[in-house]
Amino acid sequence: MSSCIWLPATRPRRGRDAVSPGRLLAIAFKEILQVWRDPRSLAIALLMPLMQMVMLGYGVSLDIRHVPLCVFDQENSQTSRAVAQRFVAAGWFAASARLGSDQAVHEAMDRAACIGAAVIPADFSRRLDSTGGSPLQIVFDATDANTTNIAIGYAQGVVALISNQLEARWAAAHGGPATRAGMVDLEPRVWFNEGLESRYFIIPGVVAVILALVGAQLTSLTVSREWERGTMEQLISTPVTPFEVMAGKLLPYFLIGIFDAAFCLLAARFWFAVPFRGDFATLLITTALFLIVVLAIGYLISVRVRSQLGASQVALLVTMLPTTLLSGYTFPIDQMPAPIRALSLMVYPRYFVTILRAVFLKGSGLAGLIGPVLGLVAYAVVVLWLAGRAFHKRLD
Amino acid sequence: MSDSAGPAVLAEGLSKSFGTFTAVDRLDLAIAPGEVVGFIGPNGAGKSTTIRMLSALLRPTAGRARVAGFDVVREANQVRAHIGYMSQTFSLYGSLTVAENLRFFAGIYRVPPAMFEARRRFAIAMAGLEGREDALVSTLAGGWKQRLALGCAILHRPPVLFLDEPTSGVEPEARRLFWELIHRLAAERVTILVSTHYMDEAEYCNRIALIDRSRLVALGSPGTLRRRELGGTLLALPCAPLGAALAALRDAPGVAEAAIFGDRLHVLLAAGGLSADDLPAFLTARGVSSGAARPIDASLEDVFVHLVAGHAAAARA
Repeated sequence: MSSCIWLPATRPRRGRDAVSPGRLLAIAFKEILQVWRDPRSLAIALLMPLMQMVMLGYGVSLDIRHVPLCVFDQENSQTSRAVAQRFVAAGWFAASARLGSDQAVHEAMDRAACIGAAVIPADFSRRLDSTGGSPLQIVFDATDANTTNIAIGYAQGVVALISNQLEARWAAAHGGPATRAGMVDLEPRVWFNEGLESRYFIIPGVVAVILALVGAQLTSLTVSREWERGTMEQLISTPVTPFEVMAGKLLPYFLIGIFDAAFCLLAARFWFAVPFRGDFATLLITTALFLIVVLAIGYLISVRVRSQLGASQVALLVTMLPTTLLSGYTFPIDQMPAPIRALSLMVYPRYFVTILRAVFLKGSGLAGLIGPVLGLVAYAVVVLWLAGRAFHKRLD
Repeated sequence: MSDSAGPAVLAEGLSKSFGTFTAVDRLDLAIAPGEVVGFIGPNGAGKSTTIRMLSALLRPTAGRARVAGFDVVREANQVRAHIGYMSQTFSLYGSLTVAENLRFFAGIYRVPPAMFEARRRFAIAMAGLEGREDALVSTLAGGWKQRLALGCAILHRPPVLFLDEPTSGVEPEARRLFWELIHRLAAERVTILVSTHYMDEAEYCNRIALIDRSRLVALGSPGTLRRRELGGTLLALPCAPLGAALAALRDAPGVAEAAIFGDRLHVLLAAGGLSADDLPAFLTARGVSSGAARPIDASLEDVFVHLVAGHAAAARA
């Protein structure tokens, strides 16, 4: 201290607030250190994607499997037992109980021990043998109409299969033609998701939802934290420019976002085994674009709401509800009423849901995704413009 | 530009209103390069608002100000490049280490890499933090934090420093060290405007600006203020009970002011009323026991009591 020399003042070059990469990087580096040492930010950055991937990835499924099915086999013959077995063998139903009376069927449905009950009449085999046909009753608990609808579809499929076999057997026994050819045969071919796995459709959407939630949460804290701790007043007393603050703060979260995106996408591909048919470049470009939108929205909220708690709540509110309801990741947008469909155009994750699904399942490239990509670009431009303008280097 | 000629800080008619509340009312102030000016006044008088306007953090409602030769409104970023600012609340990053904070502010102020090492060492030595470069700032005690904050605020060698109550909440020994640093900087021709509510600190300043109820009510060196501003003879008067004595003297002829200081009263006598020798008898007649009145030199505190009281009376009138 004794021999310190006061160095002459350095005169910053004059000129209109030119962007300084050095200042930008100083902010970015500081931000990384802060996140690294803040358990709350670290948890949002690293644990939230993992937890949501597990909860949404497993929790949201439109497939209906192992529908509990009771069987009231009034005949109990070899044929009737074989029929009951076929329902279980197809994988859609799980035999939950064999029942002995109509009363037992009612009770089982009341207790929700089963959703469906197959009732095989006492003269099942006899009617098949004599007339070549017999009714088979399945009773469904339709409180969940959607599940019931799908279960009825499955049941019809199973019954059609059984019916064909029995018909062939009957024809062989009675010397008729082996099969009766229909006039028109429907031969359905399903593209892009041959197994009709709803998981293939939902998981890419889940990735988009997670990135939208996590991204906005991350940046929603970054400016409000500095206002709360009083460091912002110091920062804005320096020649730093609003653009440097924004870019310097978004940069580290962009890297974290890319890390989270890589984690979620790898989990989608390898853990949830969603086929990936697209190209990596398209995936990278669109993911980066989406992250910019998401992070800039969190930043905008953080600038506007000066408390960490408030900013985090607002970020949750403006991302969670629109994203889960209107992004189309579970509820199909096409089926919504026109005003809601129009509203969903505002919900930026819908574009990324569309993009991810197309890249994963259809192998679409940028050219095929021009609509949703332009949607994201427009969003990015508007949000960055608003965010850039929102930050003022004044206290009033 | 700021060099040589002209004041380092110049405010003319500087005013700031928040809605209907006037926080700073037509403040005029000129500070010469290398001067240390103490900004004194009660809480809420407008000290912080003034410092924030001069630091380009608040936009004045009226009037204008130049700092280091730059207009605080039109050339705000030039002002910011030429000042060091310490806000009232501690404002370094607690989760960063001493060295990381210094590196951050050096980056923000664009300190040339060639100069950074020397200035970093200077700041660490100044704060007395040698060997603690890797300590998290949140673990430092108040005095070290304040000196480090000062070190960060001068990394770019600003010609002007604005310090808003830098020593509040800091123990006396650390305050003394801090003021040594201020004078060392002033010796290097750094201009410093520092607000404080410690009267003893006011004595360390070249000049004192007293602000009360949004107005600048006095400006001058401590000596000048002590001599000039009272306009009468100041006496110390041991007496008891103090409350009764105070009440009795309020309306006594020739008593301009009376205020309690510790176990005695300080009484300011104007010409043409009671004399110093009359006071004990005057009080004894009113049931107060009193010793002899003794003339004393006014402390700055006496001056402030006098000025603020006068200003309040004027404001009521």
